[in-house]
Amino acid sequence: MDPGLLAQYLFNGLMLGTIYAIVAVGFSLFFGVLDVIKFSHGDVVTVGAFSAFGAAGLMAALATLSGPLALAVGLIAALGAGALSGVIIGRLLVLPLKNAPGVNVLLATLMAGTVLREAIRLGVPNGGNPKPFPALLPEGVLKAGSFSVGIDSVIILLAGLAVVLATHLVITRTRLGLSIRAVAQDEEVAQLAGVSFNRTVLGTFALGSMLAGLAGLMLGLYYREINFNMGVMLGIIGFACAVVGGLGSLIGPIIGGFLFAGVQTLVTVVLPFTSAYKDVVAFAVIIALIGLFPTGLIAEKSSERV
Amino acid sequence: MSMADLAPSVPAQTARSGGLARLAVAATVALLFAGGGFLLHAEQQGQVIALLAAFVAVFALAEKVPVGRRIVGLCRAHPGTVNLTAAVSILAIAAALREEHYTLLMMATVALFATAAAGLTLQMAFAGVPNFAGAAFFAVGAYVAALLGNTGIPHLLVLLIAGLAAAVLGLVLLLPVLRTRGHYAALVTIAFGLLLRAFLEVNDVLGGPQGMKVKSFSLFGLDFSRMTEIGPYDVSFYLPYALASCALFGLAFFLVRRLETSFVGVALDAVRSDEVAASVFGLSIARWKATAFLLGNAMIGVAGALYGMMNGFVNPNSANFGDSLIMLSILVLGGLGNLWGAVVAAVVILVIPEKLQAIQEFRLVIFALLVIAILRFRPSGLMPRAARDFSALVKGGAK
Repeated sequence: MDPGLLAQYLFNGLMLGTIYAIVAVGFSLFFGVLDVIKFSHGDVVTVGAFSAFGAAGLMAALATLSGPLALAVGLIAALGAGALSGVIIGRLLVLPLKNAPGVNVLLATLMAGTVLREAIRLGVPNGGNPKPFPALLPEGVLKAGSFSVGIDSVIILLAGLAVVLATHLVITRTRLGLSIRAVAQDEEVAQLAGVSFNRTVLGTFALGSMLAGLAGLMLGLYYREINFNMGVMLGIIGFACAVVGGLGSLIGPIIGGFLFAGVQTLVTVVLPFTSAYKDVVAFAVIIALIGLFPTGLIAEKSSERV
Repeated sequence: MSMADLAPSVPAQTARSGGLARLAVAATVALLFAGGGFLLHAEQQGQVIALLAAFVAVFALAEKVPVGRRIVGLCRAHPGTVNLTAAVSILAIAAALREEHYTLLMMATVALFATAAAGLTLQMAFAGVPNFAGAAFFAVGAYVAALLGNTGIPHLLVLLIAGLAAAVLGLVLLLPVLRTRGHYAALVTIAFGLLLRAFLEVNDVLGGPQGMKVKSFSLFGLDFSRMTEIGPYDVSFYLPYALASCALFGLAFFLVRRLETSFVGVALDAVRSDEVAASVFGLSIARWKATAFLLGNAMIGVAGALYGMMNGFVNPNSANFGDSLIMLSILVLGGLGNLWGAVVAAVVILVIPEKLQAIQEFRLVIFALLVIAILRFRPSGLMPRAARDFSALVKGGAK
């Protein structure tokens, strides 16, 4: 096969993997501190994308902004809206349902996601149709032989990898990260040691949902189009990645994200005629992997005492 | 003491209570069904809202007022009377609305979704096996009906084969489902639902995105879609479907209730509530979970097959995640493990959005908010499952 084309596939796979990983890390964070699955996460991605879209559009209408400044406005809007919706859902829905069965929380947050999605569809003018996302990154194409890639895509990919790294640093090096890890390990002992449980949980929700908002912005910049239901599938894939990698670890969802994107890309490359089956194969791999590793590739460190 | 002795029996004093109690129970149930029938048929927004308000009031009364609580207790003590009255009421409603296409279609839909919910009840409420792919197994049943409807196999047998096919397909998931718990098991079924839908969409043999036509149901040479009169009465061709669907639900109801009150139900409850303790008592966790999962999928598949035959077509969209969620919502809203609750929830979720056309655009939001509110403020559902009553055992002592 043509090496340029192969490189193209590799790049696309990396890009998808980065986005999946960023979404999956959120699931893992929430599960770590509260043992819940917050399924509205995918729709928070959409909220982030639409906030960036709206903010950038509004600023462009008010004043002509240079590219980087408009991007900064979009970025702040995406992060802010993501964090806000995450904190609201956490405060009103997830914390009160803390002692309810897991399925109830799952269902409640799925419905919260539906509310977000429908709010976008009904609230944004002509929200049912796809929207063109403005090109906020510098144009231009890098070429190497038959391999060509937009500068904007490279920036998105590097930024995504940097974000994954930064999240790792936040978790391992900061005070918030320390309290997140403490609560994840043992909520009561953490509280005895003076860690505020509610504040830590909401902080985690803000952090994870900021990542989702950022993923929304990245998707918009990469595909140049956003849609009110773009988050549904992404949420499920992110959840799948987090579970396959191992809920409750940080490296697990990252592995899961790249794995899922890798399988999808591999099917497209190896079986070009059946590329329509790439989702079928990817989900089959997920099911098989869970069958083989029932608590994820990076297993939960727990043993049951009888 | 064997497991069979542990199954709850009817408390001794209720056997003595008079016919008056039965009459009260029958009247209450008949009244509720009459209200439900009016709701199905009501077309004006005002009527619908008034009926809904009446239902909310009835529920509130049943909880807050001593008389209401007493009647609820009586209903629980006389399940036979409740079920008989329900069957008679359904027949009466069907007879009264025999010419109304749309109303009967909705009645059949509610009954079939409630049947699917009965299958999910077996899986989730009894055995604790999450199934987020209800619509997928439902669609499997419909696809089997589409494939076998024209082959001359009697359609009752087709329904059975559809159930069997859904169970066999569920077999693929059995290993991952048994090896995992909680969220991990949930993901297995979610992934399966998405996989199946993606597969149906790209597979041309099964009609691709357009799906397939399904031949209408015929029973002993009687084609349901051609039936326009019974004796001297003109009837909608949805009437036989509505009756068949209700009969199917009745069968599922009977089966699930029998399992629940037998040693199987006790074993499943034990497996769900504490795996370790259950295995200490010699119950095979894998065996009971597998039984519930396969049997539940079979029930969903049968319901799906009849649903496909009624609609006349099936496409990959019927296997979508949203529909699986609707089935789950029916289960959770009604109260996990209570099949009458599932019927009420099926009406709430499937019928009310159709009735309130004014809110058509907002119906998804309202539906989502409603589910959230119930989960938040009434987590055990509208009609929670009654706790097992072992008082007769305690009073009578071990025989």
